[in-house]
Amino acid sequence: MTETDVECAKQDEPSQVTATVEIFIMGKRYDVPIGFTIMKAIEFAGYQYIRSCGCRAGFCGACATVYRKGQEQKLHFALACQCLVEEGMYLVQIPFVPANKALYDINDLAPEDNTILTIYPEIARCVSCNTCTKSCPQDIKVMMYIQNSLRGNIAKAAELSFDCIQCGLCAMRCPADIKHYHVSQLARRLRGKYIDPESKELNARLKELEEGKYMDEVDEMMSMDRDIILNLYKKRKIEAQGDLDEGADA
Amino acid sequence: MDMLYYPGCTLKTSAKNLEASAIAIAEKLGYKLVEMDDWNCCGVVASLTSDDLMHHLASLRNLIRVEEQGQDKVLVLCDMCYNTLKQTDIRMKASQSDLDTLNSFMDEESDYKNTVKIMHFLEFLRDEVGFATLKKKVKKPLKGLRVMPYYGCMLLRPREVAIDDAEDPRILSDLIKALGAKVVDNPYKIECCGSYRTIDQKELTSRRAKSISSYASTHDADLIMLSCPLCQYNLDVRGKEAESMYDGYSQLPTLYFTQLIALALGLDVESLGLDSHAVDPAPILRKRGVID
Repeated sequence: MTETDVECAKQDEPSQVTATVEIFIMGKRYDVPIGFTIMKAIEFAGYQYIRSCGCRAGFCGACATVYRKGQEQKLHFALACQCLVEEGMYLVQIPFVPANKALYDINDLAPEDNTILTIYPEIARCVSCNTCTKSCPQDIKVMMYIQNSLRGNIAKAAELSFDCIQCGLCAMRCPADIKHYHVSQLARRLRGKYIDPESKELNARLKELEEGKYMDEVDEMMSMDRDIILNLYKKRKIEAQGDLDEGADA
Repeated sequence: MDMLYYPGCTLKTSAKNLEASAIAIAEKLGYKLVEMDDWNCCGVVASLTSDDLMHHLASLRNLIRVEEQGQDKVLVLCDMCYNTLKQTDIRMKASQSDLDTLNSFMDEESDYKNTVKIMHFLEFLRDEVGFATLKKKVKKPLKGLRVMPYYGCMLLRPREVAIDDAEDPRILSDLIKALGAKVVDNPYKIECCGSYRTIDQKELTSRRAKSISSYASTHDADLIMLSCPLCQYNLDVRGKEAESMYDGYSQLPTLYFTQLIALALGLDVESLGLDSHAVDPAPILRKRGVID
């Protein structure tokens, strides 16, 4: 074997040059490169996502993952796009959470002490076991926001649940069958509409839009070629990041 | 002096006047009631089966919060919460193995060390402040006011959690006397108010409220004094509903002990939530010269 051959082999067979970890995807064993996210590792193993995958950036909540490491007693919970693989992970993805959502018209509600309890009465079944909190990949104090909802503290429930991305793991784990993330969405809607002060800036901007302030730019863009629009998108200015160098996100 | 207290959900919803009046009288007596951080539901009356450890999680978690906040005592204003927390406390002190089971289930919490003393606010006023001291602080004795004490069950049963004699309690009578009012003692004081039947059998609860209040009326009581928010709701709201069930019947007003103490201490009437009762207590209080 020539030196060149060896180098080729290194490039072609990453398992020989890259440290790997052993993981189990739905019970089947794979060696995947260390440093991969769970999501990348599953794709590396040859799976193609149809569900359980969305933004790949920790925001959409589509890639809820349940795993256990080796012989550990405890179950762990994560977002596949955010969590790195570890030795001995037994993984399963949760593609969908059957969690019925109450129908309500936010305009017909008032932020009363019992508004949330009336719409989601099952929150009164909470036994404070805290299993929801322990299953949250966002480290939200889930039980505490349910408790605050129960006692009519809508503002606090909204605040505590602010980082919820609705992956649904809490609802899958609850022994009282509470659909936590729908409850907290109601809390945030009530707070946004009725409790927090109205945003003057938002109203001003909405008025501008209604008056057609940006319609010239929209019309101009609608007449552009696709390639020009793509190029403009690549060169767009991202807030807090300044001007991107040309082709930087290619 | 700061005193940690556990409010419970009722004080944040239908019994805000109990909380407001308790905070006001405590301040007058030299104590600042401090609401504990991150409390959860008390657990609302643990089930009566023996394999009910899960139902004690809520209570125990609150007691862990108290230890975490560096305190060894917590005051409770709601009778139902008091009863629930106290039953857990007694069980944990009696059974190390139950405590171990719950501690190991709550592996995200520090272990509970069984150091917290749970006191109902009424018990605190009797045993730590003292009714004699309270009496000295009275600015406007409730002279001429005829008050019927009513206990219900949560402060007295089961016997292990009772803050007084379960059959013949006197703590409310002693308090009424300290405030300068006249006690209308009665055999209905430990009768059931209808409890949670208020949800599925409103009329039954209304009849309970009527029988309790009727005794008071026929013995010339001006109002009923109690401590439990559920009793208050049933005697007040369901009692008011009884008026439309029986011709010519009129329900007596029901006040929390904290509201009457506040009136006797001469505190601001506006802050006591006297206007949040279904049966308005203002007319009789005005007639007896307690309020203007």
